[in-house]
Amino acid sequence: MNFPVLSVITFTPVVAAIIILLLPAQRKNEARAVALAAAAFALILSFWVYFHYDQAAAGYQFVETYRWLPALGISLKFGVDGISAPLVLLTGVVMFTGVLISWGDDHPHVMAGIQDRPREFFAFLFILAAGVFGVFVSLDLFMLFFFYEIAVFPMYLLIAIWGWVVTREYAAMKLTLYLFVGSVVSLVGVLAMYWVAGQNTGVYTFDMLEMEKAGFSQAFQNIWFLPVFLGFAVLGGIWPFHNWSPDGHVAAPTAVSMFHAGVLMKLGAFAALRVGIMLLPQGAQTWQWLIMLFAAVAVVYGAYIAFVQKDLKYMIGFSSVSHMGLVMLGFSTLNQTGLTGAGVQMFSHGVMTALFFAITGMIYDRSHTRQIPELGGMSKIMPFATIGFIIGGLVSMGMPGFSGFVAEFPIFMGVWGAQWLVAVIASISIVITAAYIMRNIRQVFFGEMPEKLEGHMTDVTVLDKVAITTLCLFMIVIGLFPSFMVPMVEKGVENILRLLGGA
Amino acid sequence: MNFIDAQLLSLILFVPAIAAVIILFFPDGENKLIRWFAFGASLIPFVLSLVAWFRFDANQPGFQFEESYVWYEAIGSSFHLGVDGLSLTMVLLTTLLTPLAILASFTITDRVKWYMMLFLFLETGMLGVFMALDLLIFFVFWEVGLVPMYFLINQWGSANRNYASLKFLIYTMGGSLGLLLAIQLLGVLFQTFDLVTLYERWNSIDPATPLLGMSVSTVKTVAFWAFAIAFAIKVPIWPFHTWLPDAHTEAPTAGSMLLAGVLLKLGAYGFLRLILPLYPDEARIFAGVLALLATAAIVFGAFASYAQTDFKRLVAYSSVNHMGFVVLGIAAAALAAGTNDANIALNGAILQMFNHGLSAAGMFFLVGVIYERTHTRDLEKFGGLFPLVPVYGGILIFTSMASLGLPGLNGFISEFLVVRGSWPILTVYTVISMLGLLFTGAYILKGIKKVLHGPLNEHWAHGEHRLTEINAREVLVMVPLMALILWIGIWPAWILDVINKAVVTLF
Amino acid sequence: MTTETLMWLIPLPPVLTFALIVLFTNRSKTLSHTLAVGAAFLSLLGSMIVFVSALGVEHLGEHPFESSVNWLPLGESVETYFKIGVLVDPTTAVVLFFVAITIFMIFLYSVGYHNFGQPEGDHDHKGLPPHGATVEEHGHKHAVPSVEPMYSRFFAFLGLFAFGMYVLVLSDNLLTFFVGWEIMGLCSYLLIGFWYAKPSARDAAVKAFMTTRIGDVFMLLGIAYLYYATGTLTFREIFTEEVLHTLATVPSGFLGFSAAGLIGLLLFIGTVGKSAQFPLHVWLPDAMEGPTPVSAMIHAATMVSAGVYAVVRMFPLISLDARTMTIVAFIGAFTAIFAATIAVAQNDIKRVLAYSTISQLGFMIAALGIGAYVAAVFHLITHAFFKALLFLGSGSVIHGMEHGVLHTGNHHVDPQDMFNMGGLRRKMPITFWTFLIGGFALAGFPLITAGFWSKDEIFADAFANGHWAVFITLALAAFMTAFYTMRQITLTFLGEPRTQEAEHAQETPWTMTTPLIILSIFAIAYGWVGIPEDFMGLPLQPNWLHEFVGGTLAEHPETIAFSWIPLLTSLVVALGGLYLGWMTYRSVSSPAEDRFQIPLLKNKYYFDEFYDRAFVKPAYWFAENVVYRFLDQGVIDGILHSFGPATDRLGSIIRNNFDLPVINRFFGDGSAEVTYRAGDKLRAVQTGRIQQYLMLALVVFIAIGAVLYFFLMA
Repeated sequence: MNFPVLSVITFTPVVAAIIILLLPAQRKNEARAVALAAAAFALILSFWVYFHYDQAAAGYQFVETYRWLPALGISLKFGVDGISAPLVLLTGVVMFTGVLISWGDDHPHVMAGIQDRPREFFAFLFILAAGVFGVFVSLDLFMLFFFYEIAVFPMYLLIAIWGWVVTREYAAMKLTLYLFVGSVVSLVGVLAMYWVAGQNTGVYTFDMLEMEKAGFSQAFQNIWFLPVFLGFAVLGGIWPFHNWSPDGHVAAPTAVSMFHAGVLMKLGAFAALRVGIMLLPQGAQTWQWLIMLFAAVAVVYGAYIAFVQKDLKYMIGFSSVSHMGLVMLGFSTLNQTGLTGAGVQMFSHGVMTALFFAITGMIYDRSHTRQIPELGGMSKIMPFATIGFIIGGLVSMGMPGFSGFVAEFPIFMGVWGAQWLVAVIASISIVITAAYIMRNIRQVFFGEMPEKLEGHMTDVTVLDKVAITTLCLFMIVIGLFPSFMVPMVEKGVENILRLLGGA
Repeated sequence: MNFIDAQLLSLILFVPAIAAVIILFFPDGENKLIRWFAFGASLIPFVLSLVAWFRFDANQPGFQFEESYVWYEAIGSSFHLGVDGLSLTMVLLTTLLTPLAILASFTITDRVKWYMMLFLFLETGMLGVFMALDLLIFFVFWEVGLVPMYFLINQWGSANRNYASLKFLIYTMGGSLGLLLAIQLLGVLFQTFDLVTLYERWNSIDPATPLLGMSVSTVKTVAFWAFAIAFAIKVPIWPFHTWLPDAHTEAPTAGSMLLAGVLLKLGAYGFLRLILPLYPDEARIFAGVLALLATAAIVFGAFASYAQTDFKRLVAYSSVNHMGFVVLGIAAAALAAGTNDANIALNGAILQMFNHGLSAAGMFFLVGVIYERTHTRDLEKFGGLFPLVPVYGGILIFTSMASLGLPGLNGFISEFLVVRGSWPILTVYTVISMLGLLFTGAYILKGIKKVLHGPLNEHWAHGEHRLTEINAREVLVMVPLMALILWIGIWPAWILDVINKAVVTLF
Repeated sequence: MTTETLMWLIPLPPVLTFALIVLFTNRSKTLSHTLAVGAAFLSLLGSMIVFVSALGVEHLGEHPFESSVNWLPLGESVETYFKIGVLVDPTTAVVLFFVAITIFMIFLYSVGYHNFGQPEGDHDHKGLPPHGATVEEHGHKHAVPSVEPMYSRFFAFLGLFAFGMYVLVLSDNLLTFFVGWEIMGLCSYLLIGFWYAKPSARDAAVKAFMTTRIGDVFMLLGIAYLYYATGTLTFREIFTEEVLHTLATVPSGFLGFSAAGLIGLLLFIGTVGKSAQFPLHVWLPDAMEGPTPVSAMIHAATMVSAGVYAVVRMFPLISLDARTMTIVAFIGAFTAIFAATIAVAQNDIKRVLAYSTISQLGFMIAALGIGAYVAAVFHLITHAFFKALLFLGSGSVIHGMEHGVLHTGNHHVDPQDMFNMGGLRRKMPITFWTFLIGGFALAGFPLITAGFWSKDEIFADAFANGHWAVFITLALAAFMTAFYTMRQITLTFLGEPRTQEAEHAQETPWTMTTPLIILSIFAIAYGWVGIPEDFMGLPLQPNWLHEFVGGTLAEHPETIAFSWIPLLTSLVVALGGLYLGWMTYRSVSSPAEDRFQIPLLKNKYYFDEFYDRAFVKPAYWFAENVVYRFLDQGVIDGILHSFGPATDRLGSIIRNNFDLPVINRFFGDGSAEVTYRAGDKLRAVQTGRIQQYLMLALVVFIAIGAVLYFFLMA
């Protein structure tokens, strides 16, 4: 494989960002066009990767290695396996749709999308995207960490500048504190691993494939698993460190919420898996119960809180907590079905929640309220968005025939294998989710439209429709044909199981 | 032809769904076109299922027209379809009722496109449950059926639709939660969801080895109840029935037709297809409870129906009463599995499912016909309408009599078989259930008395309120139903033959 | 065509008529009644052929005409079927005989009764009796009866009714028997409520259906039990030596009844409903709301006879258990006298007959209860003839009275109240004479009338087998019967007209009178087929009926030796009753002078009121308040509705009492102040320009790099 597809994917956004910044400030549409082009390009490439990943061969593919800082054993090493390939695709999709819906229309009293300084907005968004791609493809721990930080920090600015005026400083600050604290904690763990691995093998390297063989002692793993795992998992919104995320969602502009919920949280989960579970497998087995506890709590807890939210974005935010809880639950089973489910759930939830936030944004841009009781009758104005939201709703309530079911079912099966009681408790969330999703859909889209919204509403733009369609397609395709994604994830999981000693 | 032979079931199953997708691309305004297209499309599965019916070899035990495709290898679930006499009967019922229901909803003018799409999706959902030979597929379609029905009630229903639809959805989903978990348990234990395999392995499981740290019997008992409750809510068995009157009353006419005609059968079908074969022991142990609840459904259903002043609610409660007999038959069969009495009871139960499908759909349609004209369902507001609508009156009396179980019409045969089958097994319950049978008469006659008989309510006699006679399209909906009602009543052999052979070979 | 095929065909013409009229010809009156009467005639023809060929067969009892087909695939193996078929044994034959004749007569009579050929009513409504029309005849208007608005429909229903009866009579098994039974139930409902716009008629219809249905559900249980116990419902297979023996010996586990006893009892309860025996007799008098031909149909030809026929049919089984037989005998005898007492106090010409029917049915049931099989059948037949005659006669009277009413135009006069009549013998002679014959037959007027012979045989049987209680009760009942019959005749026909209407009553058309004449012939002559051979020690022909019908049973019932006591009794009660009746009522001209207008009797012992308070109202109250409001809407929905708020509550608790204060504060913001302070510091940055952000980015990288470097080099 001579064409360095992964690094191209990773650096496309960076290049695009630079180009955009070089454009004159007032050329909004050109900036958007460039952004869209870059996003499309990245998307196509990630598709290419996804479909050219050789499932028979499995393992890490499209591997590229560049010397970077040999003195410290740091190299720029990229590659994808069955777990990360779907996530790369996911990032491509979210990036693409994110740009689409940020285009918006600057109709005088609609001002949908990003009308204020789109240039800078897209630039930061793409730096963020680059970071995300980087994390998913890095096989080098240092690089993984490096991209991780790159992905995290633009969030602050994106929220603080383009966010919802009322809470943006608070939310941005809160988010940043959480994530930096989290990453510092895990950073310490990472360095400790680097150190010990070096001592054990004599070779100081950040190459994860090497570190897997480092043979950390049980004691070491027991000590360091929690900091590393939780440190990353904070970004995955694990209970009880979830609170930054709903606030962040609420404050963030639409496209950022999409990235945030759709991709960033996966980043946390993914890193926790890659670094925490795959490098410290025994540690994972030791602390399995705790993770499972946290996850199970998150699932039910998130659902309950989402049930009582009046703010659409809070509702989605907490449902994300609940669904990411399912991902963690899948991890915590440490068995094949569970992990597979978790893998699919990461993708499924990414697409679904991106869709939710996209549509919420479209509504908010036009109605300037997210209070569910103040909304109503949207189906008459924006039928297309209605269908999209309903499909998203069905996915999130795990309705068979959609990706949500394909993902959640194996997770629960995995939990049955590990600890049946948890499965029973966690399953409560399904009904609660169904309840609040259906109730809110009815209120927002079919209820009576309040007078003050009459006339202010316009249908979503064509670009929006494209975005919605794209996202829906994934959920339906996976729902009807699990084989579209499941076998690939399974390949990745097999590798993990191998590290867990076939456990 | 060869293709049709090989894929008969999946054709029947997916033609509606495909049709629905096609409708999506129709222009919005074209109501007439969409209606006729939907109607035509829904006829295809009917024709195909007739093909299946005639090609079906009743004497050969086991499943026929089997198809199996890879679906979800990771957890050992494959897309496995197949029918036996039991499911084929239900498939026929579904494919028969759907075109009629669509024909019945030609008066819908609001968002016809979406309405028809939902209907066709609903058909696919229901058919899937009857055809599935894979537990997971069964559950998939079980749940899928809910969504279209929810939106049909919620969007095209009458005044109190929000309450009714949410109650229907959440109640059923909550009920199937246990089902979901139990199915997962089975999946974990056997790494497969294939029914035919599970039939043996689940029953041949060694009772000594503990499962999940509990004794096998405990696990089975819990799983049994998980299944049973899910199905009990769907049937519905007293006291899980209260969603039904609300859902029926609020649903659009055609919605109630399918709800009563087919959806309720899903529950009973679950008992027959899953519980009896998978949990014979538990079923025997708890048959008493089941019988008790069934009897309660029969008696209380009849009483509650008798108490109604809303015509549609009255009919809705009659469903509780009639489905009670199905469950009574099943309970009897569970208690004395294998005996001749059990077989007779099962014959009765299954035939009752089919018969109730016909008569209940008919009744709901007739209620709808008069509701469309008068915009009221209040029995007190009718009265003496017979002279105005003689044809309608005749049809109503005919259908009511079928529902009342008049000998010579279909209802009687199935109810008699159930009574005959459960008499020696559950004598006391059978005797009590007779009270229900008596009051079936009471509420049916009440309905006729309040609507057709008595002094004419002048309000409907002239002016813009003048009640118009049932029209040709509406008669066309009723004709197949009435023909079958009469045919089964006079000559049940053609259908009971298939059912009986299935019962004898299956249980 | 073999007799068997013919037997299959007999029920068909009426039901085809029903279908044809409903679907096609209901617009044309002529076509409809032609079809109906034609169909009735075809069935009559068929029945007669079957009857005659039955006469020709030796030992028809052992080798009846029968034929059956597979109907219901059922049970253990895939090959077992439930068979249905037709059967004609001696009993069936004689029953078929009278059923066919009476049915045909009623069909014919209905044409006239519903004023065929008369003009449409001026203001008649569907669902109400015709009120008459005014016609112009050379100059001056005058009122004439108007034709029934739902004329065709009436014949359709009659057809279905006849079909039901034929099915029942010809069935060779209990299931199709029950089918016919229920179809008649439906028809009685439809026909009693024929004038459905009259609330009284509507309620009477529902009452009839529900009351009989009470019996039916028990019968259904009986059938189920019998089917379970014997594995068949075919009469001939049940009435075999060994099957009956097992049934008689197997205990049912219910109050020590044998299986046979319990089954018999359950089936008998069905009869109690259909034949309006005490305590389910209440529906029959109300059934008078229907048009008179219907009353005749129900009371004579079909429905109530079916009830008795059921017991006759199942006699071999019922007679197995002595206790069941006692119950049957008691119910019968009690009903006989109980109904007779009520009949004495009724003023409505049809209601008197209604109660007399109940009472006469009591006679038959009682007869069966004491094992007098042949006598019961005998009385069933004779009663059918003379009761049909009486009803049609009363219909004719009413018709005549309505003429009067139309003439005077005073619609307040009730044309059915006997006190408005009197002296009709001159106005409508044919009706009078035929009615007289019918009445005397009912009263059991010695030697000539059929009623005498059949009743006499019951007495003889009761006496010979020493059933004193039954004997005496029935004797009293018979006495009262004669008494109120004479009362009726006197009030209606004798004396002088008491009203203008009676003055202007006039004879009815031939379509109505012909059936009367024919039936009156049978009301006399049919008695002769059952004259005991040693009657008064005379050397007579052997009792044909006894020989023939008796052949149905496995062991032929022994002929009873003649005895004077029963004969004298029946002579005394009959003649005494008639004489007393005449003496009492020849001079009475108004209810006030009637000594027997006792409220208790007039109000039928207040049974309707009692049932209404004890069962009907409580049932509805229970249904509405307990089952629906309390259980469904209160308890069950109450529980369900608690879930929503509970979830809501729990959710808010978690959010407000834990998530926000605990998680947010301690895990989260560190403390809110920190965040805000940091926020203030950074606010400057946000407002700045893009380069600053990039600078910041750089700083961050360097910082990280530095940290790493420090760690690694240390």
